[in-house]
Amino acid sequence: MTYTTGRALRRASVIASGAFMALMSTAASAQTASTAMTPDMGKLMATAGVVQVEGAGGGGLVPWATITGYGSRDSYGANVHYTYVGTQDYKLASYGVAVGIADRVELSLAKQRFSGSLAPLNNLRIDQDIYGVKVKLAGDIVYDQDTWMPQIAAGVMVKRNNGIGGLGAVTSVKDLGARSDSGIDYYLAATKLFLDQSLLVNATVRATRANQMGILGFGGDKGDRYQAMLESSVAYLLNRQWVVGAEYRMKPRNLAADNEKDYYDAFVAWFPSKNLSLTLAYVSLGDITIYNPKRQDGVYLSVQAGF
Amino acid sequence: MKNPTTTSGWLAAILVALIASATVVSAHAQKTEDSLYRDLGGLDVLTKVVDDTLALALADARIKDTFKETDMKRLAKLITEQFCELSGGPCKYSGDPMKEVHQGLALNNMQFNALVEDLQAAMDKSGIPSRTQNKLLALLAPMQRTVVTK
Repeated sequence: MTYTTGRALRRASVIASGAFMALMSTAASAQTASTAMTPDMGKLMATAGVVQVEGAGGGGLVPWATITGYGSRDSYGANVHYTYVGTQDYKLASYGVAVGIADRVELSLAKQRFSGSLAPLNNLRIDQDIYGVKVKLAGDIVYDQDTWMPQIAAGVMVKRNNGIGGLGAVTSVKDLGARSDSGIDYYLAATKLFLDQSLLVNATVRATRANQMGILGFGGDKGDRYQAMLESSVAYLLNRQWVVGAEYRMKPRNLAADNEKDYYDAFVAWFPSKNLSLTLAYVSLGDITIYNPKRQDGVYLSVQAGF
Repeated sequence: MKNPTTTSGWLAAILVALIASATVVSAHAQKTEDSLYRDLGGLDVLTKVVDDTLALALADARIKDTFKETDMKRLAKLITEQFCELSGGPCKYSGDPMKEVHQGLALNNMQFNALVEDLQAAMDKSGIPSRTQNKLLALLAPMQRTVVTK
């Protein structure tokens, strides 16, 4: 990406976050002004999913077609989350906020910090911001039980990598071979709940140039084109409070310095109420750089609070 | 696709989807006509579940006002018949079509789901396992299209 588009993107994300704040304050004041705008918490428990690692409504690694929050089509919902992923030699901490409007539009904002713990990468620190928008296009995850129609949504994630710290002269992902430090992912998600089987199946196709979700930048010495990646989740509803499942997320391989691997996870999510959820998973992220060929497996823990 | 691991990734993902769909299809095939009715516990349990649901609904601030004009005894009888028939039991729903009886109530999604939650609580109370509850809910969920008019 050129310098100008990079700047335009930065500007766009500043505007997006401004709009986001305005929306939040409007929602808050409307709430006090009128009972009609009181959040209705009208969705059924767990049917809004959780928030995935890039801040969008979904599973753990994969964005779903669900609109985050418990607001029905007559209302809105919002939540905050903190997610921690820890493997042998790295950790990824992220936090963010997401809003679901009229069970139709989802806006999300997440900040990720990737860090290393093994020398010589023990001071490594990479930050990334992700702005997400998702729109539900068709279907309903709960009501369409007599057809094969899934809930379908399209989304974008605008990502801005804020650079590398703790690695001496290497301060940008471009120094590692990435073509740019910002990029946009586009995805189409289909989520089907087979209530009759207490089973949820999700398939997402994402067009992306991101290396390790963008933590190692976008595009690279081995490739700079958008590629379609398949991401899927299967979940079983043990009851209204407990869901178990597994996910798979395909990844591009654009960087010579990063023998990037597909991601996997197996998770259990607990919904003690509509206001709180906890997700615990085992994740396999593959080896992150060629300089440390060890496969990175570990724990994923996410807590989400909202309405 | 140039990358062999990418190809195998797609194959793995498609395989997962196929296995999931096969599970769904075969589970459908094994079902006998009245197995859900029997899993729910038959007419005695259904009658209690419906009574409990309506008691909860009348205490539920989100929806209690929608029953102001309703003959609750008759409603309980009709819903029991409906659940019994839907689950494959030996009953016949004798009420008017769902669209007609909900016309003018201006119910919204939140209220529809509120009654679902009261039903879930009532089924919990009768010890009906979650997977059986969900089978009944799968049959009721599409009614949202005719019940919710707001």
